[in-house]
Amino acid sequence: MIVAEKKPIEEVIAMVKDFRKILIAGCNECVTVCEAGGKREVGILASALRMYFMQQGNKMEIDEVTLERQCDHEYLEEIRNTIDQYDAVLSLACGVGVQFMAEKYFNKPVYPGVNTCFMGVTEERGVWTERCQGCGQCILDRTGGICPISRCAKRLLNGPCGGSTKGKCEISNDLPCAWQLIIDRLKELGRLDEYERIAPVKDWSTERAGGPRKVVREDVRQ
Amino acid sequence: MSVKTPSKLEKILDSDQLAITSECGPPRGSDPNAITKKAELIKNHVDAINITDNQTSVTRLCSLASCIHLKLMGLEPTLQMVVRDRNRIALQSDILGAASFDIHNILCLSGDHQKFGDCPQGQNVFDIDSMQLIQTVRHMRDEGKFLGGDDIARPPRMFVGAAANPFADPFEIRVPRLAKKVAAGAEFIQTQCIYNLDKFELWMKMARDRGLHERVYIMAGVTPFKSAGMAKYMKNRVPGMDVPDEVVKRMAGVPKEKQPEEGINICVETIQRLKECEGVRGFHIMAIEWEEKVPEIVERSGLYPRPQVE
Repeated sequence: MIVAEKKPIEEVIAMVKDFRKILIAGCNECVTVCEAGGKREVGILASALRMYFMQQGNKMEIDEVTLERQCDHEYLEEIRNTIDQYDAVLSLACGVGVQFMAEKYFNKPVYPGVNTCFMGVTEERGVWTERCQGCGQCILDRTGGICPISRCAKRLLNGPCGGSTKGKCEISNDLPCAWQLIIDRLKELGRLDEYERIAPVKDWSTERAGGPRKVVREDVRQ
Repeated sequence: MSVKTPSKLEKILDSDQLAITSECGPPRGSDPNAITKKAELIKNHVDAINITDNQTSVTRLCSLASCIHLKLMGLEPTLQMVVRDRNRIALQSDILGAASFDIHNILCLSGDHQKFGDCPQGQNVFDIDSMQLIQTVRHMRDEGKFLGGDDIARPPRMFVGAAANPFADPFEIRVPRLAKKVAAGAEFIQTQCIYNLDKFELWMKMARDRGLHERVYIMAGVTPFKSAGMAKYMKNRVPGMDVPDEVVKRMAGVPKEKQPEEGINICVETIQRLKECEGVRGFHIMAIEWEEKVPEIVERSGLYPRPQVE
């Protein structure tokens, strides 16, 4: 999933304080799972803002909605008939949802209520960690199913570096060394001999470096 | 192994004599004297001088310009190059820049993460890794081609080195990793600072068991402690460093004013012992901001005068 974090409320207040009526729009997908922008967080943020603006003597009206997804036309259309009554939308979706909302409702200011962080997993409740950077050319078949691009601080394709200590990365004792994980797993799979294959220089043109990306599937296109 | 470049370091290693290299860290400013003064202190006692490349990710005068200053003094520099800050265009471009000044040695490194330096909020690049940088330089030299496939007019003639850390984890892949660097094209190795001699000798034995000592020149890295505090710091704070307790105890066991001398003693004893270790072909003395001690270390280790080669 896409993992996001709530923005500090001061930052949110600074964005919306000059409006009279806003819509806080949550998303029922990734940001719900990572507890940053689902129905529950929409409710909590709406209550906190109402309380703050009331104390300030500011008559701010705040409505709440949580869409199934903000990255699909179909669900964003659900607010087509009501959006005109709001001065602005505060979207708690990831950056993708915020942008798609802004594209669809071109004359409506849309503000981000979360910081979008990475593609990752729930390691345990309240702990999410990165697993993929969407490089566009998966190499997990060669690295024991562990991605050095997203999990090594230096993105080394031929690691580990000299900073790997007791299974940890040189940048933090909290961070496992990706190459230690890769070696442990290759060993478990009886494939440690593959470690000595040199990974060639990577083609990064399918990654961010190649510019904004697009996938077109003619077979499913309508 | 046969000589493939005009590098003096390569010729000395090829002549079966123990080679000595040292390093100078460039200044945090633009005064060339900061480099040339350090080089003056050590020039008669070493065969080549490494210039670090923004070590520990602290912004400094660049390695290439510093190498040119050494070259202008008639000395032999080793260009250290990290892949942290430059993509493949900039790396190849700087390699050509160095080659245009007839800089004949290069040490290919990953580089410390920028978190440790003065720009922790900066981007890093890591377009290629240190293994692939070794391949890149060898490709440019041996094939005379850019990574993109085009011909290079006057290809670089560089003796290609890499680092090895026998003490980082996991230990079991430390020799396979050395083998990988040799397969990538590394011709000489400068190791991490050695304080745990038993572990280093075990690593060397494992390297010999695979015949790697006959395929690459391994230079043992040493750094003298200036104080017991430095020994403790290196033990506890520097990633990938292995300083045994007894070494820290030995440093702490002498009065403060005697500690620098004890640090030099340990360094000389290390070199004396490793001179006997089969496969060790030279020493890389990293006297951090203590360059004036390099001549003493070299002389007391019985490695002076330095050999002359054609």
